[in-house]
Amino acid sequence: MIVAEAKPIEEVLAMIDRYDKIILAGCKECVAVCAAGGEKEVQLLASALRTARKTAGREIEIREVTLERQCDPEYVEGIRGFAGDYQAILSIACGVGVQYMAEHYKTIPALPGLNTSFMGGSLEQGVWSERCQGCGSCVLHLTGGICPITRCSKSLLNGPCGGSAQGKCEVDPEIECGWQLIIDRLKALGEFEARFVELFPVRDWSTSRDGGQRKIVREDLKQ
Amino acid sequence: MHLMKAFEEGMDGVYVAGCLEGECHFLRGNLRAKKRVGHVKGILTALGINPERLQMYNLSAAMGGRFVEIAQEMTERIKALGPSPVNTGQGRESVEEQQEEEEKQ
Repeated sequence: MIVAEAKPIEEVLAMIDRYDKIILAGCKECVAVCAAGGEKEVQLLASALRTARKTAGREIEIREVTLERQCDPEYVEGIRGFAGDYQAILSIACGVGVQYMAEHYKTIPALPGLNTSFMGGSLEQGVWSERCQGCGSCVLHLTGGICPITRCSKSLLNGPCGGSAQGKCEVDPEIECGWQLIIDRLKALGEFEARFVELFPVRDWSTSRDGGQRKIVREDLKQ
Repeated sequence: MHLMKAFEEGMDGVYVAGCLEGECHFLRGNLRAKKRVGHVKGILTALGINPERLQMYNLSAAMGGRFVEIAQEMTERIKALGPSPVNTGQGRESVEEQQEEEEKQ
């Protein structure tokens, strides 16, 4: 899932300071699962913002909505009927959702209520960890199912580096060395000899951060 | 959410009464509630509302005397703090100022 966390309330209050009538839009997908932007968080943030405004002696009208997804046009269009009645849309979806709001409602400012952080999963309730950087050229079949781009702090493809000690990374002793994890995993799979001796060739990063915004077109699905 | 809603509606103070720690019918329910209360205290602080207005107490259903004590303690606490800034609309309340006033009294 895409993992995000709430911006500090002070930052959100400053963002909406010049508005008195806003839509607060949540999303029922990833950000709902990571407890940052689902229906419950919409209710909590709306209540907090109204409370802050009452405290300042200046009330605000907040229309609370939680869309199925904010990354699909048909759901974003769901607020078309009343969006024009509001001065701004405060989205607590991921950065994709905020941008979809901006693209669909061209005359209404779209504001981010969250900081979108990473693609990851939950370790336990309330704890999430990064697993994928979307590099566009997956090598997990060669690295025992552990991503060197994400789990190695230097994204090395031929690790570990000299900063690996006792299975920990020199960047932070709390961080596990991604390459130690890969080696241990390959050994457990009985693939260490077959995999680890092979060097990765120079990486072609053109699928990752080269050439600007990325796009996938599936002609078989496209209408 | 319910705690926040109470402050939004103008309550000057709210206290949560949970079972004694370790004796929750829902095992860890009261410990989770304690964490939620802590989270809402953080929100209140960010909003300029003294977090002392929100408290959590642990007591059993058989502790009527303690309940009275808690009710009196909260009443005195809220009287000292005065009305919620949500009701006065006069802006954020300063935790430091409140503490100073309490010390003077």
